[in-house]
Amino acid sequence: MSLEDDIYKEIILDNYRARKNRVRLTDADLQSEGANPSCGDDVELFVKLNGETIETVTYEGIGCSICCASANLLCESLRGRSLAEAHEIIQRYRGMLLEDEEPDFPDEISDLEAMQGVKHYPVRIKCALLAWNTVRDMLEQVSSA
Amino acid sequence: MSTTHTTVAAGADRYSLDVARIRGDFPILKQTMNGKPFVYLDNGATALKPEVVIDAEAGYYRELGANIHRGVYQFSETASALYDGTRTKVAGFIGAPDPRQVIFTKSATESVNLIAYGWALKNIVQGDEICVTEIEHHANFVPWQALAERTGATLRCIPLNPADGTLDLTGLDGLVNERTRLVAITAMSNVTGYMPPVAPVIARAKAVGALTVVDGAQWVSHSSVDVKTLDADFLVFSAHKMCGPTGVGVLYGREQLLEEMDPFLYGGDMVLRVRTDRTVFKEIPDKFEAGTPNIAGVIGFGSAIDYLLDIGMDAIHAHEQHLLSYAVEQMAAIDGVVCYGPTDLSTRGGILSFNVADAHPHDTGTILDQDGIAVRTGLHCAHPFMHALGVPGTTRASFYLYNTREEVDRLVQSVRRVREIFA
Repeated sequence: MSLEDDIYKEIILDNYRARKNRVRLTDADLQSEGANPSCGDDVELFVKLNGETIETVTYEGIGCSICCASANLLCESLRGRSLAEAHEIIQRYRGMLLEDEEPDFPDEISDLEAMQGVKHYPVRIKCALLAWNTVRDMLEQVSSA
Repeated sequence: MSTTHTTVAAGADRYSLDVARIRGDFPILKQTMNGKPFVYLDNGATALKPEVVIDAEAGYYRELGANIHRGVYQFSETASALYDGTRTKVAGFIGAPDPRQVIFTKSATESVNLIAYGWALKNIVQGDEICVTEIEHHANFVPWQALAERTGATLRCIPLNPADGTLDLTGLDGLVNERTRLVAITAMSNVTGYMPPVAPVIARAKAVGALTVVDGAQWVSHSSVDVKTLDADFLVFSAHKMCGPTGVGVLYGREQLLEEMDPFLYGGDMVLRVRTDRTVFKEIPDKFEAGTPNIAGVIGFGSAIDYLLDIGMDAIHAHEQHLLSYAVEQMAAIDGVVCYGPTDLSTRGGILSFNVADAHPHDTGTILDQDGIAVRTGLHCAHPFMHALGVPGTTRASFYLYNTREEVDRLVQSVRRVREIFA
């Protein structure tokens, strides 16, 4: 087990550096901010809906590589999904990090499995969950509305 | 950032301290972390404890066990004498004229709040002003901001120079004016180790009749301190940053002020006489120490002070200066590393905040952790400071008497690895 194998692998660093999804949506239907005050990670998520479908998700903010990479992967994974599918993906992602569940994501978003190594670094799990918890809470508002 | 030094580093083999012997006093330094020899560079957060302090604290539980200021039996008397003996040691350590000017709290933070509740809430009203600085730790910032909101007073802030994190005192006379009732300033930044020129700020406060609160949480543990020279009304600091136990803070105050102030916490052990219609409080310091205090912690703190005095605060300061100079020089040689704080190292204690190119401080911290190195990462309880610097946080290495050049080398080696991973 090494850092480079676990959390500083190429997929994560690429997603950390990716800019495409790092943009403020001016016509978002949902918008919410999440912060980890202990480390200063602070992200804002934007979701545009089309009926029951997530048309697009983007994020803005400052954070470490784990935080930003997980936010970018979130945007890539949830775009075009139905609310029910998104809920399922979020559950599996959290299960992978918190419950030690074997990840089983659809092929096109199997990059999410790259985040699995973070679970070996307990203090960093909250970085990998910040954007995901934020979007989960946002979508729950829609479901319960 | 320039690497010009104004302090002269001693040669590699010429420490001002017998570091090898000192390291033997700290059992935790024999530990490994993530399979590597433990390198502790997070002294700004808390200092490690020598065996004598651990023994003193455990000794109270093993051999005395009794509460203080209550029993007539020998063990209670002995515990009371040890507890109040630490008060005398603390007074001597900071040059306070009278041990009664030393109040034990649970933390430096509580000490600040004691002033806020015991003095400021009663004496500050709408239209008054409170002045703080932009480099304060939240402990000496948020209580004053909250108090200003509560009383309707205005909070003023001495700004920092974003280039080097020093205070910009050019507007001092306007910021501290005839409406100012209280000025709160740190004697050493927990982010950069910068020791701001406290004297002109205190002089200005006195000229307008404002009280002064000095945050010594970083300063007292690393320097020779004399409160008579400092001439502030209050000085706060904590035991755990100076090799003492956690859960013990100190408030030093001017005698007359302490006598005039209201108690902060009410209850047992702080009263002389209680009737159903009135209560007479004890004199200082007891009127500020309600309830059973951290007896073991205070007794352990006494041992910590003996330990530090035996080594000598000037020698400790010189040692930290030596390590700081060496670390700044080594870090500056790494491409992409940015160090914060004034380049005149003589104005600084042993704290080095830095960032490594594109790496977020949290990532730097994890890589250092895997190499067995403990540092602080993030915002350092100083959000206004970080905001003014325009950074998402920093990585902070902070030194103390047991640190070595070899540990600085380990830090530098690990920072190079951060650089490689995030290249």
